[in-house]
Amino acid sequence: MDTHLVEEVAALTPGDYKSDVKPIWCPGCGDYSVLAAVTRALANMGLARHNTAVVSGIGCSSRIPAYTSCYGFHGVHGRSLAAASGLKLARPDLTVLVFGGDGDGFSIGGNHFLHACRRNVDMTYVVMDNQVYGMTKGQASPTTEADWCESKLTPEGPGVNPIQPVSLALACGANFVARGFSGDPNEVARLIVEGVRHPGFSVIHVLSPCVTFRPEQRGWKSTVHPYGRQPTDDPNEAMRAVLEDDGFGLGIFLAGNRRPFAPAGTAVKTIQQIEEGFAV
Amino acid sequence: MAVDSVTIALVGSGGAGVMTAGQMLLDAAAQVGWYGLMSRSSGPQIRGGEAAALVRLSPKPVEGPGDRFDLIIAFDWQNVERFAAELPMTAESVIVTDPSQGDVPAVLAASGARIIELPIKELAGKIPGGRVNMVGLGAVASIVGLPRAGVDAVIDKALGKKGEGAVKASAAGIDAGAKEVAGWGLGLELTAPEARTGIRWNISGNEAAGFGALKAGVKFCAAYPITPATEILEWLAPNLARTGGLLVQAEDELASINMIVGASFGGVPSITATAGPGLSLMTEALGLAVASETPVVVVDVMRGGPSTGIPTKSEQSDLNIAVNGLHGDAPHLVVAPTSIADCLFTTQWAVHLAEALQTACIVLSDQSMGQSRAVVDKPADQPFKAQRLLADGLDSGELFKRYAVTGSGVSPTAIPGMPGGEHTADGLEHSERGLPSSQSSDHHKQLDKRLRKLVGHDYGIHWADIEGDGDVAVLTWGSATGPAREAVARLTAAGHKVRLVSLRLLSPVKPELVAEALKGVSRVLVVEQTHGAQFHKHIRAHVDLPGTVSVLSQPGPLPIRARDVQQALASIL
Ligand SMILES: Cc1ncc(C[n+]2csc(CCOP(=O)(O)OP(=O)(O)O)c2C)c(N)n1
Ligand code: SF4
Repeated sequence: MDTHLVEEVAALTPGDYKSDVKPIWCPGCGDYSVLAAVTRALANMGLARHNTAVVSGIGCSSRIPAYTSCYGFHGVHGRSLAAASGLKLARPDLTVLVFGGDGDGFSIGGNHFLHACRRNVDMTYVVMDNQVYGMTKGQASPTTEADWCESKLTPEGPGVNPIQPVSLALACGANFVARGFSGDPNEVARLIVEGVRHPGFSVIHVLSPCVTFRPEQRGWKSTVHPYGRQPTDDPNEAMRAVLEDDGFGLGIFLAGNRRPFAPAGTAVKTIQQIEEGFAV
Repeated sequence: MAVDSVTIALVGSGGAGVMTAGQMLLDAAAQVGWYGLMSRSSGPQIRGGEAAALVRLSPKPVEGPGDRFDLIIAFDWQNVERFAAELPMTAESVIVTDPSQGDVPAVLAASGARIIELPIKELAGKIPGGRVNMVGLGAVASIVGLPRAGVDAVIDKALGKKGEGAVKASAAGIDAGAKEVAGWGLGLELTAPEARTGIRWNISGNEAAGFGALKAGVKFCAAYPITPATEILEWLAPNLARTGGLLVQAEDELASINMIVGASFGGVPSITATAGPGLSLMTEALGLAVASETPVVVVDVMRGGPSTGIPTKSEQSDLNIAVNGLHGDAPHLVVAPTSIADCLFTTQWAVHLAEALQTACIVLSDQSMGQSRAVVDKPADQPFKAQRLLADGLDSGELFKRYAVTGSGVSPTAIPGMPGGEHTADGLEHSERGLPSSQSSDHHKQLDKRLRKLVGHDYGIHWADIEGDGDVAVLTWGSATGPAREAVARLTAAGHKVRLVSLRLLSPVKPELVAEALKGVSRVLVVEQTHGAQFHKHIRAHVDLPGTVSVLSQPGPLPIRARDVQQALASIL
């Protein structure tokens, strides 16, 4: 990633990575702190804004790109990882960060998440998990508890077991997996820096409360706890350890050694030479 | 007396090697200076199952199937009735059949075609490593008067990698077949080729589309395989890599289209190819490309629909979804090649247009062009390249207006890496700066802008192929153009005056251009390969066609033949 530590080093503060656009988020939403963590991380790394791309799908959390002063791409629901993969593969010189919610990433975008983990393109994915669809006003997501009965869509509760993003990421082969909590933006910023610096696909699961549709998540600040182990580079060991995790342990689970997927062609033929292949 | 065109079907179940024999026949004909076309008809089986290589040869360029099959040679008759309807014959046709494979199926024999027996399997059996397809190739080559040197020139190319033994066995098989038919005197010798001027190519529509993309400067492709588009992707994979680009296999079409949107946001000209089912999955992201003004090109190689439909056979029935499939008011480009060779130009042009107009462009090819191979004159070089209008003066200190409302509708853009051009490209409706906006004024301005840039663009002469004059016109598009052109040529030769107007630009329709092309016409025949007359309805939604209008609209998998168009024209002449 060192190639991106360019020009503007030292000159930029977190504020310089914020745009002048006022977020649409509800007061108290965890996503504000994630935004603060992102700008802090970018300033910390001294990334040039014009060489940084922030990609997202659709949802409250997916609004982040326009709130930064980097290049941004706000695509369609669930496809941020596909768009970001195309961007990074075509433009390996850029630093690519991807943001979105648990619905965007694990429901409509679940297949892309699986394949982004196994493909291991060098980019960083921050999932802001509030265990609900915020933007569509409070429906169950793939990380919602089976007995959560507050949604009009599933008044008896979704009735299906939630997935655990960290173990899913490990199972699918992500190369760097960590969990943070929006209530501690400094730590989230640190995880983002680590994730960006780590080669390959980095998944940072950030617990980010939806104060409007899951007000009880305000209590997360007393539920979260340090994960308590040192990061490992062995996915099997990380997987074993995660089996004991309660979903609220914070820290880096895996910093693996898989080679990033970065195929690159080399121009060894001209159009003229290819054309000659058609001649009779 | 020699004939000016001969149409041959090599028929046999999988393993008989009809496609190899067909390709070698086409290659050999090209070697000696003939033109030709080979299309494929195959069943749904992955391997095995009924198959036919359909080859038409002529001293003149060939752009469509013949009216009937002059010669059918069958290595076996397994399941041939499944595509008998695609093998029209008359009493002048000849069927060569192997007596060991049973009787000629009644559906084919009913044509009254002359039936001649040839013990193909027995002949092949006498040669160590001998194969029926080579015996058949020898017989056909001899029947059409293809000089042996032409065949020899291609044996090595086709079979060399299988070793000397295979090459020898093939040559012996070809000899055996040729020897048996010598003296049959079927009258199917093709007129000798004219002296060759210029370079000729042997190319499939799918290869041509891939090459067109490359020529325009495409450097990225995301791919999900689907019949009959896969060959574009498989051709692009090594050729993009060799020219410094990249193809990546995606997990599905939702990913492939979003990947190319992402790559294109990065300033890299990008493409994907698919067929109807994939295009259906891509429509949401095509709308994203339109709204975010991110250029992308999707080549849709059409097959029979709806749903999974008939994957291996051609139809023009994706026109509706290509033109109207996006939600919201989402003006975008739809273009169609008018021949196999034109798959090159049209795809190259599509990339150029998408980039120049910062929008999505769908190229509507089809199975009959994509998976057919033709010997053609090398297409003329065209200057069309991917070129995006980039903003300058980005160091002014002002916030960049990505979606600035301009006279042309095209807004100068900035791509990541350009300092001062930072912005968020958005599928949400937005202000000129790109910030999400639900205000009517922003929505209306951006809608107008996105339409204006397409409608106001000067597409030059390329919007249609217009040939001939007279007050009768054939209005058509895509792979129906070849047969229509042939029908027009025949009628013109017979002293009639008929015009051909084949649209390459299907959306936006330019009513004033269509009206001009049809000026003075009192009868129009619309020709297309759909069940629902999709093209006819599409055109009529935009243009008042002059005089009386008749429609020849026939669904796949039956190809439109020159004879069909000629008959339809005869009734209005
Ligand atoms: C194809 C499609 N389906 C549905 C929607 C509606 N939609 C918008 S955001 C969203 C879910 C958002 O939830 P999440 O991703 O968890 O993000 P949050 O709002 O909670 O941050 C849905 C279903 C859409 N925009 N597009
Ligand atoms: S609905 Fe929830 S997730 Fe969305 S902005 Fe409000 S608090 Fe945040």
